[in-house]
Parts: sequence; C-alpha cells; structure tokens
Amino acid sequence: MVAQRLVALFVLGCLLFSYPLLSLFNTGGTLWGIPLLYVYLFGAWGALIALMVLVVERSR
Amino acid sequence: MKTILIADDEPNIVISLEYLLQREGYRVEVARDGDEALQAFQRQVPDLVLLDVMMPRLSGYDVCQKIRENAAWSGTRIVMLTARGREIEVAKGLALGADAYITKPFSTQDLLTQVRAQLER
Amino acid sequence: MLLAGGILLTSFAYLGILFAIAYYGDKRADAGRSIIANPTIYALSMAVYATSWTFYGSVGRAAASGVGFLPIYLGPTLMAALWWLVLRKMIRISKVNRITSIADFIAARYGKSAMLGGLVTVIAVIGIIPYIALQLKAVSASFLILLQYPAVVMPPKGHPVVLWQDTALYVALLLAAFTVLFGTRHLDATERHEGMVAAIAFESLVKLLAFLAVGVFVTFGLYGGFADLFEHAAQLPRATQLLTLGGPAGTYGSWIGLILLSMLSILFLPRQFQISVVENVNENHLSKAVWLFPLYLFAINIFVLPITFAGLMHFHSGQVDADTFVLTLPMAHGREALALFAFIGGLSAATGMVIVETIALSTMICNDLVMPVLLRWQARRLSERSDLSGLLLGIRRGAIVVLMMLGYVYYRAAGEAYALVSIGLVSFAAVAQFAPAMLGGMYWKQGTHTGAFSGLTLGFALWAYTLLLPSFAKSGWLPISFIQQGPLGIEWLKPLSLFGLNGLDDISHSLFWSLLANVGGYVTVSLLGRPSIREHAQALLFVDVFRTTRRRSNPWRGSASLQDMLTLVGRFLGPQRAEEAFAGYAASRGAKSLREIEPDAELVRFAETQLAGAIGASSARVMLASVVKEEPLSMDEVLNILDEASQLITYSHQLEQKSQQLEAATSELRAANERLKELDRMKDDFISTVTHELRTPLTSIRAFSEILQSDPRLTLAKREEFIGIIVKESERLSRLINQVLDLSKLESGRAEWHSAELDLRDVIEDSVSTTQPLLREHGVELTLDLPERAPRLRVDRDRLKQVMLNLISNAVKFCDRRDGRIAIALHVLPEALRVDVRDNGTGIDPADHETIFEKFRQVGDTLTEKPQGTGLGLPISRQIIEHFGGTLWVESARGQGATFSFTLPLHPQVAQGTASPASEMTA
Repeated sequence: MVAQRLVALFVLGCLLFSYPLLSLFNTGGTLWGIPLLYVYLFGAWGALIALMVLVVERSR
Repeated sequence: MKTILIADDEPNIVISLEYLLQREGYRVEVARDGDEALQAFQRQVPDLVLLDVMMPRLSGYDVCQKIRENAAWSGTRIVMLTARGREIEVAKGLALGADAYITKPFSTQDLLTQVRAQLER
Repeated sequence: MLLAGGILLTSFAYLGILFAIAYYGDKRADAGRSIIANPTIYALSMAVYATSWTFYGSVGRAAASGVGFLPIYLGPTLMAALWWLVLRKMIRISKVNRITSIADFIAARYGKSAMLGGLVTVIAVIGIIPYIALQLKAVSASFLILLQYPAVVMPPKGHPVVLWQDTALYVALLLAAFTVLFGTRHLDATERHEGMVAAIAFESLVKLLAFLAVGVFVTFGLYGGFADLFEHAAQLPRATQLLTLGGPAGTYGSWIGLILLSMLSILFLPRQFQISVVENVNENHLSKAVWLFPLYLFAINIFVLPITFAGLMHFHSGQVDADTFVLTLPMAHGREALALFAFIGGLSAATGMVIVETIALSTMICNDLVMPVLLRWQARRLSERSDLSGLLLGIRRGAIVVLMMLGYVYYRAAGEAYALVSIGLVSFAAVAQFAPAMLGGMYWKQGTHTGAFSGLTLGFALWAYTLLLPSFAKSGWLPISFIQQGPLGIEWLKPLSLFGLNGLDDISHSLFWSLLANVGGYVTVSLLGRPSIREHAQALLFVDVFRTTRRRSNPWRGSASLQDMLTLVGRFLGPQRAEEAFAGYAASRGAKSLREIEPDAELVRFAETQLAGAIGASSARVMLASVVKEEPLSMDEVLNILDEASQLITYSHQLEQKSQQLEAATSELRAANERLKELDRMKDDFISTVTHELRTPLTSIRAFSEILQSDPRLTLAKREEFIGIIVKESERLSRLINQVLDLSKLESGRAEWHSAELDLRDVIEDSVSTTQPLLREHGVELTLDLPERAPRLRVDRDRLKQVMLNLISNAVKFCDRRDGRIAIALHVLPEALRVDVRDNGTGIDPADHETIFEKFRQVGDTLTEKPQGTGLGLPISRQIIEHFGGTLWVESARGQGATFSFTLPLHPQVAQGTASPASEMTA
C-alpha cells in the first residue's frame, strides 16, 4: 500500500516538475515579492515532501 | 504261448504286424488307440506290447507310463514303435519305462528279432 | 588575518573530531551496541550525496543558470518516492547474496562473472576520478581564498603551479592518508564501517548547518528577508533571466535530462550504494529516509538563490567566482568565524565524499579487479602466504592512494576548464551507465551476461567519447578541432553533436547517446541469447528476492576440518577476528565453544561468507575449495555442474533418442526372432509330421514287401491282399508327397499359375463329373444349383478344380452314411462369386472350424476311425482360393451338416502371383 502511494507521489512529482506546469509559472512575476518560479519550485517541492511524510508516517 | 498286444492306429500296419507275429506263433491282441490298449491289459496282461507313439487321444508315452505305474503289469515288455526317430523321443520313451524302441519303417527281421529277445528275458 | 596555521589547526581539529566519532562508532559496533542503528542517522548519512558541488557549486551554477541548479536535487526527491520499491529490493538482494559493492552486484547477478565485475570497477574508477578532482579543487581553492582574508582574492588561474607548491596536491595526500586511517584499519566480512557512517552523518549535519548559517546571514543579515533580497535582485539586469527557464537557465530539455541523471546517480554512485545499501543496518530505516533525505536536500538548497543574488549584487561580475560566494560573502562582510565555519562546511562536504567514495572504489578494486587476477595467476603463491589479510588491506590502501593521485592528475589536466558542477555531471553520466544492467538485473530475468557486458561497454565508450575526451580537448590535451570539426574532420562524429544531434547541452547529449547504446545493446544482446543455467538461477534469486525464502538448501558432500577453515579465514581476516567470528557463529548455534560444532554445510557457508566479504565471493569459493576435502556442493558448484550438465543433457537427449530407436529396433528384432522361432517350430513340427506321415505308409509297404518276399507259404488270397495294400499305401504315399510339395510351393509362392478367363459353372460341372464314381460308390446324391448366367473370372482352371474336388470328396467322406446328400450352389454377388458345398453329415463343432484348415489336422482326430485323408486338402484349397483374393470357410454346427463356402472376387486387387506367358489361353 505504501509502495503504491509512493509511486503515485512519484508520478505526481514528475508532473509537477514537467514542462506544462513549469511553463505556467515561468513568467517573471512575483508572489509576495519572491519570484514566481522560485516560489512554485520550492513550494511544490516542499509539498511533495510533506506528502511523502504523510504517506510513510501514517502507515506506521 | 506268449501274448503280444499290438497298439497302433494304422490299420495296414496292424495287419502286417498281426500276420508276422501270428506266423511266428504268438497270440496277438489288437488295440486301435491308447484306451483300447489299457482295456486289453485289463482283460489279459500280455507278455509284450508293441506300442505306437502317435496315437489319438492317449499317446504311446502315456500308455507306457500307465503300464509301468501298475505293478501287476511290470512283467510286460514294452516295445515302442514310431515314425519319429529323434534322439530325444527315444530317450523319453526309455525314460518312461519302455524296454526297446523301433522306428518305422522297420525291417521285419529286426522287429522279430527284437520281439524274441525281449520275450526271452 | 587568518593565518594558514589557524586554518590548518581548525581543519585538523575538525578532522580529529571526525576520526574520534568514527572510532567511537566502531567501538560501539564491536560491542554490539551500534550507534548508527537509527533511521535518522541512516538518512543523514545518505546526504553524503551533497558534496562540495552542493556546497559551493550550486551557487556557482545558479549564478550562471538560475534555477537550473535545482534539477540535480529534484531528481533524488522523485527517486526517493521509488526507493521503497527499488532501493529496498537492492538492499534485500545485497543482504541475501552478501553483496558488498556495485561491481559485486552486477557480477553476481550475471553469473558471478569476474569479467563484468572488473569492467564495472574500471568504469566506476574512470567515471569518479573527475568527481574526486572536483573535491580537491574545492578544498584547495577555498583554502587559498580563506588564506587571503580579509582580502577577497581569487586563486591564480591559468598559471601552471609548481608541483610542490600546489595546495591541491597536499590536500590530495592529506585526504588519502585520512581515508586510509579512517576506513582501512581492518577487514570486515560484511564490508560495513559503522564508525564511518557515524562520522558521515555528523558531517552531513555540519555542512547543512554551515550552509544554513551563511544563508540565514545573507538573507536576514544582509537583507530584510527573502522578499527584500529578491526585490533588490530584480534591479540586476540578469536577475529576471535567471529566474525563468528557457534562457541561460537552461532549456526544458536539459531540465529533464538533469532530473533523470540525478535520479540514476542517487542509486548508482558508488558512495551512495555503499551508504544506502551496504551500510544499511535495517531495511525499515528506509521508510524514514524516503522523506528525510529529500527534506535535507530541500533545506540545503533553499538559500542557494538568495546567496547567489547577494553575491552577484555584491561582487561585480567577473571579480569573484560565483562558486565561492558561500565563502567570500561572509569574508567580504568581515564575518571571520562564519567564514571559517563555511570553510569547515565545505571541507566537510568534500571529505565526506572522498572518504566514502574511495573506500567504495577501493573495495571494488580489491575484490573485483585485483584479487581475481591474483588468484588466477598467483594462486599457489597466495596459498603459501600465512596471513593474507595484510595483503588485502595493502591492496585497498594502495588503491585509495592511487585514486587520490589520479584525481589530482585529472585536476591538473582538466580541472580548470570547467566549473565544478560540470565536472560532477560528467561523473553522474558515467555511473548512469550502470542503470540498465542493474535495474534490468533486478527486474528482468532475461538479461544475460553478454547483454550486460555489451551494454556497459557501449555506454561507457560513448560516454568517454562524448564527455571525457571533450573535457581533455577543452583543457588542451587533445586538439580542439576534435570537438569543433570532429575526429579526422568527420562532421557527424563530432563528440558534442554526434550524428548531427544538436540542441542539447553536452550532458543531455551524452546521456542520450550513451544510454541509448547501453540499453539497446543490453536488451538486444540479451534477447538474442539465452541465459545460462547459472545466470538464470541468479536472475531468479535477484528478481524474485521478495518471494524466495531465506534459507537456501545446500547439498553438501565432503568433510572439512574446522581447524583448516579457521586457519584459512584467519589468513584473510586476521587470526583474532576469525576466532571472534567463528565464536560468534558457534554461539548463534547454541554451542559453547567452536570445538563442539560439527563441520557441516552451514559452517562451510559461514566461512565462505566471511571470506567473501574480504576477497569477494568467487575468490572465496576458490580458496575454500582448496581447504575443504571433497569439494562441498554449494549452490555454486551445483550450478557449475548444472552448466556442464545442461550441455550433457543436450547430448544425452540425442543419445536417448538414439537408444530409444535402438530399443524399438531391438524389440522388433526380438519379435521377429520369436516369429522366426515359431515358424521354425512350426516348420519342425511340419517336417516331423510330414516325416511321420510319409513313414507310415512306407512302413506298411516295406513290411508287406518283406513278407511277400520272405514267405513262400503265403496263400494267393493273402498275396493279393497284401499286394493290394502295398499298392494302396504307395498311392497314399505318392499322394501325400505330391500334396506336401504342392502346399510347400503354394505357401512359398513358387507355384505356377495358369490363369484364364473362364466360366465357373464349367469348372463345377467338370468336377462333379470327375467325382461321379466316388459319389456312386458311397451312394451320395448330389444336387447342383447354378444360375443362368455368371460373369467370367480369371482363374487357374486346374487349381480351381482341385479345390472343388477336395470339397466334394470331403463332403462325401462326412455326409450321412445312409442318406448322403450333397448340394453345390453358385451365387453371383455384387463384387464376387460364391460357391457353397453342403453336406448332411454330423457337422463340425464350431471349435474346430479353424483347426480343420491346419496342416495334417483332420476332422475325426478325435474319432476312433482314422480317416483316410492326408489332412492337407483344406490347407491347399485355402491357399489356392486366397491366392485369387478370395476366402474359404466353413459354416456348421454339430448335427447340422457342414457347408464349405468360398468366394472369388470378380476384380481382384492384388496381382495373381506369377502368371506364365502360357496363361494367355482362352477357355
């Protein structure tokens, strides 16, 4: 079960960091003064990690 | 007078033997097959029996064996006649208790000599 | 103000702490109370992935390509999600098979091939040398920069530094010495270094904290937070460029390429394999590492861009290498302690990498490169040495030093041309070549040894061609035209745009071609061949590792003395460690001392694994075999034998087939022999019967002849009677002889046939008229039933008459004595003619219906009267009828008379025997 969920997260990660979504945030805009792409990248990254924590720790 | 029993299924041979033996002065009884031969023994035990091997129903070997099994008939001489002269057959006959073995066609002289010899024992 | 001495002192102090931690860790491990049996430590130790490349290089790369530095860390994050499947399987496989390195893994999977192990080792060494050079560059450069404090001066570039003045050399030597002391104090069968892991985990913390410190300082110390920093950065013209992809930040293509590359590297870098697989204490630790490790990467990268922009803003372009911002920013702002901390952080990152990487590589070099060669060529000399553990350790230490020196050489030759990150990526691309063989080995049973070898060779060759050689060219060791115009001017062989593939950056380009060739070669060659028995067994062990049970059966034959094994293991691990190991084994089996253990398969296996950890599995087998009498049949031996056996099986299949054919032939022969003997017997019987039959009339003839001859007193009547008998018997005799000859000819097919087309009715009538005298003699009445018309038949007239005469005379013999009646009928059937001859005699028992057709058998054998026939009439008739394709049979029952019938086909299929030319007579 854990394995399947993790694989799902993997796929999610691939999508999050793939061309379509990246180009979405690839404008020169800013969010809260911080460049959008930067926010997106780290935000998505962080969220992904958080999900991984959930999946792993919840199964204990 | 000695009695000789002829046991053979060939009529013509029987005729010839009958003639020969009677000419010699023996009393002759005739049987056409093994059963008749044994029946003849019951009536009167012959001094000698000329036994053809190849007979219907009871073969000469069986008759020979039966004769020898009977102590009362132990005095009878058995001379076997056969067209087959193979060694093994001779040995078989002698092992079963026959006293002599003559192969057909036989010489009449030989036959008479053998008969005489057997009866003198 | 910071003197060299101060820096050196701090550095040595730090290294001392590391050493102390390692020492303590080992001690605790020996005592059985491991300090690293902790998922957090495990995850932290994995952070050895972040080297000085991460520490310094990320900022450098970010300065050049903005967020383009990030994919290298996204990749491992994504792969971490798959770790639970992939890495766990790797760990399980390695534990079960006592695998201690990547080379071991690949070699073991593909049939314990020493050649593959050697190849992997060579690729790993060549691939990692640049990476080691990178660390040397970082440490020496950072040292030189810090030395200039408070001035921020870059170390001189481009001027060839004299050898003994080259900081990098001393760094290399120092690191080599440190690693030797650190990791090769003794040999361990499991190749685990608990102390090292503890130290590495510590180092990971230090570098993280150092980086975070600098980051926090820059973001919140120099500016008012992220927003503030980026606002300021926006004023830089380059800033926006760096914050979007598609420009200097790199294309999407390279983004994907780097993610893929780093995904593979996190698995296949030798140091990662060492830490995450070999050093793994407990599979379950992996679950925490799955998120803790990405979290670490997240943390250590969050301040990269801020530091980058801060540096770009502070130092005007070109003045200071972006690679050094992490160090030079604190320096430029007078933060002495922070700068020193940063330096230590960088040192930490570099030493961590070097230690683990060189230890992993030296293990491979020792077990998979040197030992197999030594064992093959020097086996006898080796077996004479009493203590081989010294030799092994010596080989490993030598390997470490050589590796460091090679790294230094590369640094001198090509290190200047590239930024740190690029060098690292070259190494990433090299270890990516292990992916097909390893992943294929774990999930695809069809992968063969030759396939893996082809894939690895092709991939490595293309990597070397598209990345390694160009790096030499860019540094001037090869003519630059090599890159610009291709070798010998061949355009489409340009190493950086092979076959005309443009548009990819160097790394992605190389990755594409090398992996294409690698995977292509691996899959194609594997599919073209078949795995050997050993390979297949190993494939099952690997691919199905989660399904196979732990215990492996070990057919074993032979005896070995405990002392011999102890001595042998002692030679490699050292006598004391061997004693300890065996004592531990004895305890685990519940015995009080080693002497109580019976030398059995388990013990041999245990000794084997102990040795394998020291010298590799295949070498261990060889050494143990020399000690144990009557080689034990481990699974390996069995496989070996099976390998040969599989060849033998093919041969024996062929042999089996032949022997089956032989058997079939023999049984046929035997049957034929039986038939022959039967025939022989029958022939004997026949001959003896014939002899008997012939002799019987002869007897009469002779007897009567003699009587006639010798007896003058015979009456005339008697004379006549006897002569009559002679004549009759002579006739009988000649009849018999004729019939015997006739039958013999008929049966052997030598009879002559004179066939002609005739009307059967004529033949029947003819026969009847011939038998008239006989009929009259016996007073038998005969009726004929013939049809109006009958088709003509092609038959032999005389023969057919013979049949009719036979049947009629039989009927006469057996019909009723007083009122004999015979009926002959001819029927026309669709395909044949049928003739019936019926008599009204006593009939024939159904049991005798077939026997009467046998030679010399007559009806009446059981009767008292001996019949006059020869007993050959019916067999002859049957032969004749069957010759013409017909059948002859009897229908009868007791008291019902008998009907003999025969059919003759109108159009016979078979040829009617030999027909002489004279048979063309018309009827």
